[in-house]
Amino acid sequence: MYKKALYLPAGDKSLVIEFGNTISKEINLKIRNMILALERANLPGILELVPTYRSILLIYDPLVWIYPSLISSLKKIETELTSLELPKPRVNLIPVVYGGEYGPDLPFVCEHNGLTQEEVIKIHTGTDYLIYMLGFTPGFTYLGGMDERIATPRLKTPRVKIPAGSVGIAGSQTGIYPIDSPGGWQLIGRTPVKLFDPYREKPVLLSAGDYVRFYEITPQEYEEIAKKAEAGNYQVETREYSVGEVAGE
Amino acid sequence: MSFIKVIKPGFFTTIQDRGRYGFQKWGIPVAGAMDEYALRLANLLVGNNQEEGCLEITLLGPTLQFNMEGLIALTGADLGAKLNGTDCPLYEAIWVKKGDILEFTGVKSGCRAYLAVSGGFDIPEVLGSKSTYVRGKFGGFKGRPLQAGDQIPVAGPSGSWEKLRGLQIPVEFRTGFTNQINLRVVLGPQSDSFTKSGIDTFLNSTYKVTNEADRMGYRLEGPKIEHKSGADIISDGIPLGAVQVPGHGFPIVMMADRQTTGGYTKIATVITPDLNKLAQAKPGDSISFQAVSLEKAHQIYREYEGQIKKLKEYLENTKNTVKSTKKAMILRINNKEYYVEIEEV
Repeated sequence: MYKKALYLPAGDKSLVIEFGNTISKEINLKIRNMILALERANLPGILELVPTYRSILLIYDPLVWIYPSLISSLKKIETELTSLELPKPRVNLIPVVYGGEYGPDLPFVCEHNGLTQEEVIKIHTGTDYLIYMLGFTPGFTYLGGMDERIATPRLKTPRVKIPAGSVGIAGSQTGIYPIDSPGGWQLIGRTPVKLFDPYREKPVLLSAGDYVRFYEITPQEYEEIAKKAEAGNYQVETREYSVGEVAGE
Repeated sequence: MSFIKVIKPGFFTTIQDRGRYGFQKWGIPVAGAMDEYALRLANLLVGNNQEEGCLEITLLGPTLQFNMEGLIALTGADLGAKLNGTDCPLYEAIWVKKGDILEFTGVKSGCRAYLAVSGGFDIPEVLGSKSTYVRGKFGGFKGRPLQAGDQIPVAGPSGSWEKLRGLQIPVEFRTGFTNQINLRVVLGPQSDSFTKSGIDTFLNSTYKVTNEADRMGYRLEGPKIEHKSGADIISDGIPLGAVQVPGHGFPIVMMADRQTTGGYTKIATVITPDLNKLAQAKPGDSISFQAVSLEKAHQIYREYEGQIKKLKEYLENTKNTVKSTKKAMILRINNKEYYVEIEEV
C-alpha cells in the first residue's frame, strides 16, 4: 500500500484514487473506508464512485469543480481517514451442484491437480472467499483466497455461451457467471441462485467486503431452489461474523 | 394508445438516454447514447428534457410507421431519411400524423442518427434509465434492438408542441462529418506504463477504425504502441473514452457499453466532446490523437456545455417568434378520421 494515495486524471470527468499496486486485504479495507468517508462527506458534483481492488474511479461534474480544489477536498478526507465503523462482514452461503452437466470441467480440474472429485469439492467448499470487488459484467464478483491446490489454467478455447450461475476456476481465481456470457473458465458446478436480476429491489445479490461460502447440493435440490428463485422467493442464507471467524484462514 | 410501429428493423436500433449512472460498483455498465450531443439536440427540438430516451439508429435505419401525432426530430448522422417518400430534413422539429412513414435510404454521412419524439417513449425505466443494455438484456424496449412488428409506446407530448413546429437548429450548432477524425485526449491514468517512444507513436500516428467497432468499444489498427513492461494491470475502473492498449499494442477506445472494470493499461482518455465525433466514425475512418492538458480539457468542456446552453436559450426565444399560420386537426366524421391542415391566407 502506498503511504499516500495517488490522484490520477482519467479524462475530463473522472479521476482514479489509487491506494496501491497489489491485491491485498489491507488495501481493500482502506478503499472501503474511503468510500464510506466519501459517502458521508456527500460532496456536491460527485456523480459516481467505483471501488476496485486497489483504487476508486471517481466521476465528477467539471462544471461544479475546479480540479485543484476537488483534489484538495479529497486529500483532506483521505488524511482524516481513521478506521471507520464498517458494517460487519457477512458470509453468503451459495448452493452448488458440482460436476456432471453442471460442471463439465470438474474431471479436468481433478486430473490437472491429481485430486479426486470429492477432494476438489471439499477444498472448494472449505474456504470463505472475500469479495474484493464487482465488475466486468453485472453482478460478477472478484473473489480472493482460493486454495492453490485446485488452481487450473483457463480453457485454451473459450466457450461461446456459459449459462448464468456457472461456477468456475481460472488460474488461482474462482467465480460465478451472473449472466449468460462467453468465457474461458473451467466450469466445476452451477448454482440455481440468481446473482443478478435488474428488476429485483436489490439487483445484485453480493456486495464487496462480504464473503462467499459454497456448499454442495444435489440436482434435485437445484431444481427446487431454481423454481423458488424463478418465482422470486428464494433467500440466500447469510451469517454475520467477525473476520477472525473466516473459514480457511 | 400512441405508438410507433416498426415495419422493418434496420441494422441496429435501440432506445438510449444519457445512461445508467450509479451502478458501476455492481458491474452494471452505463450504456446511453454514443453521441450525447446529438441526443440532447434532438430532445431540445421537440421540447423534451435533454436526458430523455431517443432511438439511436445505426447505419441502416428502420422503416417506422407513426400511430401518433406529435413532433419528431432527427439529429446526428445523415442516413437518408424520407418521410412519406420525400426527403426529411435533419435538425428540425417535424410534425407527424397517424399513418406517416419514416424510412432511411442509406448512409450519407456519419454512423448514428437520433430520433426524438415529443414526450418521449413510454417505457419503464430500469435502474433509473431507459437505455438499452443489449448484452445484459435489459432496459430500453424489452432489453433488445428493435424488431419488425414492435410497437413502441409514445408518451403524450408535454407542453405546447405547436410552438416548436418547424423550429430548426442553426447550422453552426450542427455536427459536421469527416473521415479524418482528430480526438483530443488527456494522458493517463496509466500513461507511465508506456515508453516515451510508445507515447510518441500514439500521438503522432494515424489509426484506422476496424470492423470491431460497436457500442462497447472502437478497436483501432495502426502502429503498435510500446509498453515499458507488460500490458496487464490489476483490474480497475474504466471511464468512458478510456484508450486501452492490451499486449498487442493497438488502442481500443472504450465506449458506452464498456465493461465497468478491466485489466489492461489505459494510455489516455478521450475528452467528452470528442467522443461524439468517434461515435459517428465508421470502419475505415482515420483517427489521430492529440494530447491536451487537463486544464485545457476542462476549458473545452465548459465551452461545450456553454454552447448547448446557448442553443437552448436560442430555441426558447425562437419558438415564441415562429408564427406558423398553419393549423392542423383530426376531424372525425362518421367514425372515420381525417387529417386536415388549414392555413391563413
